[in-house]
Parts: sequence; structure tokens; C-alpha cells
Amino acid sequence: MGLSGLEIYKQLPKTNCKECGMPTCLAFAMKLAAKQAELSACPYVSDAAKQALDAASAPPIRLVTVGVGDQKLEVGNETVMFRHDKTFYHAPGIFARVKDNQADAAAAAKTIADYKVERVGLQMAAAGVAVENASGDAATFAAAVQDVAQACDGALILLSKDPAAMAAALPAVADRKPLIYAADAENWQAMVELAKKHSCPLAVREAGSLSALASLAEQVTKAGVADIVLDPGARSAAANLAAFTQLRRLALRKNLRLVGYPLIGFPGEAAASAEEETAFAGQQVMKYGGFIVLDHFDPASIYALLTLRLNIYTDPQKPIQVKPEIYAFGEVDQNSPVLVTTNFSITYFSVAGEVEASGVPTYLIVSDAEGLSVLTAWAAGKFDAEKIAKTVKACGIADKVSHRYIVLPGYVSTLSGEVEEELPGWKALVGPREAVDISPYLRRTWPTIVGKR
Amino acid sequence: MPVTVEVPTEKWAGKVIEVKLGATKEEGGSRAGTVTVGGETTLPFLTFEGGIPNQPVVAAEVWDVEPADWSPVLLEAWGNAVKDPVVWAQQAAALGAKLIALKLRSTDPDGQNASPAEAAATVKRVLAAVDLPLLVYGPGQAEKDNDVLVAVAEASAGERLALGLCEQSNYRTIVAACLGNGHVAIGRAPIDVNMQKQLNILMSDMGLPLDRILMDPTTGGLGYGIEYTYSVMERLRFGALQGDRMTQLPLINTVGEEAWRQKEAKAAEGVPEAWGDLAKRGLSWEMLTATSMLEAGSDIVVLRHPNSIGIINGVIAKLMGR
Repeated sequence: MGLSGLEIYKQLPKTNCKECGMPTCLAFAMKLAAKQAELSACPYVSDAAKQALDAASAPPIRLVTVGVGDQKLEVGNETVMFRHDKTFYHAPGIFARVKDNQADAAAAAKTIADYKVERVGLQMAAAGVAVENASGDAATFAAAVQDVAQACDGALILLSKDPAAMAAALPAVADRKPLIYAADAENWQAMVELAKKHSCPLAVREAGSLSALASLAEQVTKAGVADIVLDPGARSAAANLAAFTQLRRLALRKNLRLVGYPLIGFPGEAAASAEEETAFAGQQVMKYGGFIVLDHFDPASIYALLTLRLNIYTDPQKPIQVKPEIYAFGEVDQNSPVLVTTNFSITYFSVAGEVEASGVPTYLIVSDAEGLSVLTAWAAGKFDAEKIAKTVKACGIADKVSHRYIVLPGYVSTLSGEVEEELPGWKALVGPREAVDISPYLRRTWPTIVGKR
Repeated sequence: MPVTVEVPTEKWAGKVIEVKLGATKEEGGSRAGTVTVGGETTLPFLTFEGGIPNQPVVAAEVWDVEPADWSPVLLEAWGNAVKDPVVWAQQAAALGAKLIALKLRSTDPDGQNASPAEAAATVKRVLAAVDLPLLVYGPGQAEKDNDVLVAVAEASAGERLALGLCEQSNYRTIVAACLGNGHVAIGRAPIDVNMQKQLNILMSDMGLPLDRILMDPTTGGLGYGIEYTYSVMERLRFGALQGDRMTQLPLINTVGEEAWRQKEAKAAEGVPEAWGDLAKRGLSWEMLTATSMLEAGSDIVVLRHPNSIGIINGVIAKLMGR
């Protein structure tokens, strides 16, 4: 269990030197207890105290690193069961499986590792490739792993129950820090030796029960492996959800260090189709997956899955916002239409994308709505006539266009009267409700309005 | 030494209210069977510590006019069925939908502007053609919604339809029509726990029992704010299990509508190669939106693609451990 502020205070120097930034040692202890400070901020803490406190203050779920350099994947350090309680920190790595006896293993691996896609200005990609010892042969496995490693620079997971195959494959790729999958009740001693020898993280698989899994993890820990990933072995979607939920609860609520590690899942193994696999993978993105190994790699489903991951791992307290100001698309002039929307990133990107697609040079005024979408901001009073008028006045659009028309999102049509009151001389037009209808609006409706002038 | 781990379980005091949709002949309607949603005493799919007496169900969205602006993927998948709501509903039922969500878009004042009487007749035709319970939606314009849904409620009295949408600015007429004719009302709030509770209070204050209200929390599409809906739903369900009465209603999500109107589910050209094949991408968009809503506590997901119906039925069954 985590220590209380007072228990921590007993271990501190009690000199109130303030060098940690807090006024007293007690205040610092309270911050430590709340996990809002790091012990390293105290320059005078004794080694003995450090050891005692480190053990107690270690994160309930260990941060495990697979891969190196740009391709490094860090998973763990989660602190909550539900994203609305705070946020989820380290998004799960999405891997795709190739088999060592598959003719095009290297080419397939390259496709997976090279896949990247941009969304709201962020790069999204698969983490890497899991190579499976499907042949059962050590030399075949070693050769395939080497081929895959040469063909792609993504993070690697090596899948084999056979310590001999693992021993054959590891030397060539150990500097890439692959995840070794997996130690089980039979082979764990040999796998532990390999993990230690090559300094690689080790997955522990035990399907019997959570007690059996915790026991095996304890043996592996005691044998000297610190970076562990757990596989409770449940494969059906229901059993997997139950096991992942229980392990997360044990780690966070019971502070059970033995299971305080990231989790690995194989959603395809319970799926009847590629589509079902995508759904179960999505389920593991939401519910506690750390490493998700897919059997199908199709850009159309990977893109959707990565988007879901981005959404779920967005900090609920910090909506992604764009800067409230005036944005110009294309060769704008004094006759260009003027649209207004909110500064929620997704709202902005949807509108901007459609404006761009229309080919009509357009001004877009982004009003500060505290990062909320049009309807939500309107409902919350963050996107009203006064705010819109203030932005219009401040952004200097009046000097850029000779007309006095401003196009409001269709969802806030009720604001048009008030906007006109707040902005004397301007006429508020009601635009489309949905971004998808912006292009026809700009191309067909807008010219008729200007034409009537 | 072997470790013994005690599996941590939660015991909840609260329970989601059960809402029954449809009415059989004996009950004053004409359905072959009814569909009950709600009744959970545990978080979504966590059957190891509580009960889920009624698993979540799939409703298929059917329009009474050909939906010209739908994604080409959907129009191709349904083919000629979209030209007739009766054929469309029959095919959806054959594909495994448990409910039909009939949208009376023909009554849109900016479109065909069909009369309430015509719309009510369409509902009767669909009721005659399929024996599943129906959800019925107006065109989405407050005044016309009221006229249309009152006519529908009266013409199909006793069928225990679910009528929507009630919103804070427009709920009285629809709730009254439900009250007088034995129907269920769908209330939509803009992704906000407190506004949803407020709407439930307003609707139930008119005398509509809570077991005749469904909550629509407003669905954000995948990539377009789904995480807001996800967390609001998790919080609503949390409240329900903790015993907060005004959060204890079953949840319904218009998944298909939100997933398929996004560019990702519509655009085949002028998009990055990394987006992949449009038909698969659109289907993935709907499936993952549905899975997310189910994981957050949805009791009814309204879907658009014919293949999604079977896939999501399978996903629900497997998450239920069946």
C-alpha cells in the first residue's frame, strides 16, 4: 500500500530547508503521498530512506520500455481505472503478427512498420511487428527474426515458447530491446536467463488463475527480471475483459506489486473475422491493453483503431485547441466569405478541411470557446453572440473584406439576431449545420447572396 | 511460495431501470415479442460481479425516403431496399436487428414536407410488415417533430413505440403523446451528465414513468469527440449503479448516423492512401463507434450498415460470454 504523508515525513531530514520548493518537509511529504512530487527533489534524503520510500512510492503499474530510439514504446504508469478520473497516460502499442514460416514475412513486416497516418496534426503509427515461431524450428525462427529486423525499424515482439528458439533469435536483435514472449510455468527459468543476459523485457503467461499468474510473476521478479508484461491467457473477449479489469484493479486499488505491469492481448485469437478482431482490439484500447497484437493488418481498420486510441488517450482536462484568430484559405480578397466556428481542434479541422476542399477562398474566424465543439460550447454558454462579436471585432476582419456578412454554424442559427445587435452594420447568415455541407454552401449558396448585393 | 490473489469485485447498490419496448397482442399491440433493455447491476460486460439480465441490442436505422446524401458505401450495400421502408425494415430484421429505428425524414419541411398523416400511415405499414418493436424519429425540426410524432403516437396507440427526440427546449408535446398512447420517449441532452439528468426530471415530472424513458447522451463520432460521449456515459452509468435515480435509465446511441456522416466514411478520393479502402474504412468507423458506446454502457446501438448488424450482434454475444 502507498505510504501516508506522515509515514513519509518520518523518513525525511525534517530540516525544512525549502530546497525541494516546498515550505516544509511535512508539506513535501504530503505532496509525495499525493504523488504530486518526486523524492529526487529532496537533495538531503538518506540512502536508507530513499530505498524505503522508493519501494513504497514506485508507480503501481511499472513503466516498461520495448524498442529503442525513435521506435521506443513505453507502456504502463497508469493511475486510474476510468479516463474521467484523471487521464490515461501511455497509449497501447499496436503490433501485427507475422509468422517465421510465412514466405513474405519481411515484406509484411515492412508494410506494418512503415504505416503512418496523420490526424489533427499528430502522427499515428503501429508500434511494430510480432514475429511468431510458428515453424517450431529454432533456425527458421532466428532467420525470420533477423530478416524482419533488417526490413523494418519498428519495435519487436518475439513469440515462442521454446527457449532454444528464443536463444537462437535473440543475439541478432537484442540491441533493439524486443519483448520476449513468453515465460510460462514450464520454461520460465530459461526465459528469465535469456531476458537477463540480453537485458530485454519479458512477458509472463499463465492462464490458470490470477493467483497462478501472480505467483509466476513473483518467481520471475525474484530471479532478477524487473521489466515484465503480463498475459493472463484469457482469450475470449469476455474473459479477457474480466482478467484485464481485475489485474488493473489489483494493481491500482490493492497496490499489488506482483501484478503491477502492462498487459498484452491478442484480440484476433477470439475473433471470428477481421472485423471482430478490430472490435475486440478497440475494446482492449479502452480497457487496459498495453500491447495489442493483431492478426490482420489493413490500413482501413488500423486507421480507425489508431483514431480510437488517440481519442481515448486524450486528456479529458485538456481538450485539444487551436489558436483563436482569423485563418485564411486560398487566395482570399475583399469579397471572400467569412465563416465563424469554435476553437475545438476537431471542429476546426472538420471545417477547415471542407473549406479547403471547396476551393473557394475563405476567411475562417475561430472564436475562443474553451476547446468545445459548436453545440456543446453553445449549450455551455461559451459560444454566444457576445463572444462571437468580440472575436470579430478583435481579429480585424472588417479591414480585410468590403462586405459585412458573417456566416454562423447552422446549429446556432438562433444566435443570428443577437449577433447582428452586437455587431452593428453586419448581417449574420445561417450556414450549414454539418461541416460536410460547407462546400456546396460556399460554391452555390454564397454566390447568390453576394450576387443580390 | 505460491501467492493467493483475491479477485477484487465491486458490489453496487443501484440498478439500471428496465424499459420494455413493443407490445404483443395481449398487451394491446401487435408485436410478436417485446425487447427489454436495462436492468444492469454491474458495469458493461463485467458479469463476474453483477447481473446483465438484458444484453445490449442492435437497432437498424431505416428511412421513409431514399437517403440520397448517405455514404455511397451504405447505398451500395442496401441496394434497392432503401427505396421502400417496408422492404428495408424486413431486410434489417432478417439480418438480425432486434429493433427498427424508423426515421420519418419525408416530413422534413425543407424536403418533401410530407404530412403527419402520411407519416403515421408509413409507421403502420412498417408495423404490419415486421414484428419487431419500433423506434420512431421525426424529421429533427422541433415544430414538425411534434406534429408528426403526435399523429404517429395516436395512430399506433398501444404499440409501445419509442418516440424521439425530446430535448430540453422541446419535450412537452412528445412526452404528452407518449403518456396518452402508451409509448416510450427518447430524451437527448448535449453530452452532459447534469443536462441529461435535468431532462429526465422534466420529462418524468409530466407524469411519464422512468421505465418509459430512454437516454440519448448525443453520440460523438469516432475521431469527432467520441471520447466526450464515452466518458459522460461512463459517469452516467456510474451514477446509476451508485443509486442516483435520474441516471438509471437505459442508454441509446445513434452510432450509424454519427459514424457515416464523417468524411472518413464517405470519401473515396482525395484522401491519404493510409486511410485504406473506403468500404472497409466506413464499416470500421461504425463498428468501433458502436464497440466504444457498448463498452461505455450503451443499451441500444442504432446502426446503418447491413453488415454491422451481424458483426455487432456477434461482438455483443462474445462480450457477454455467450
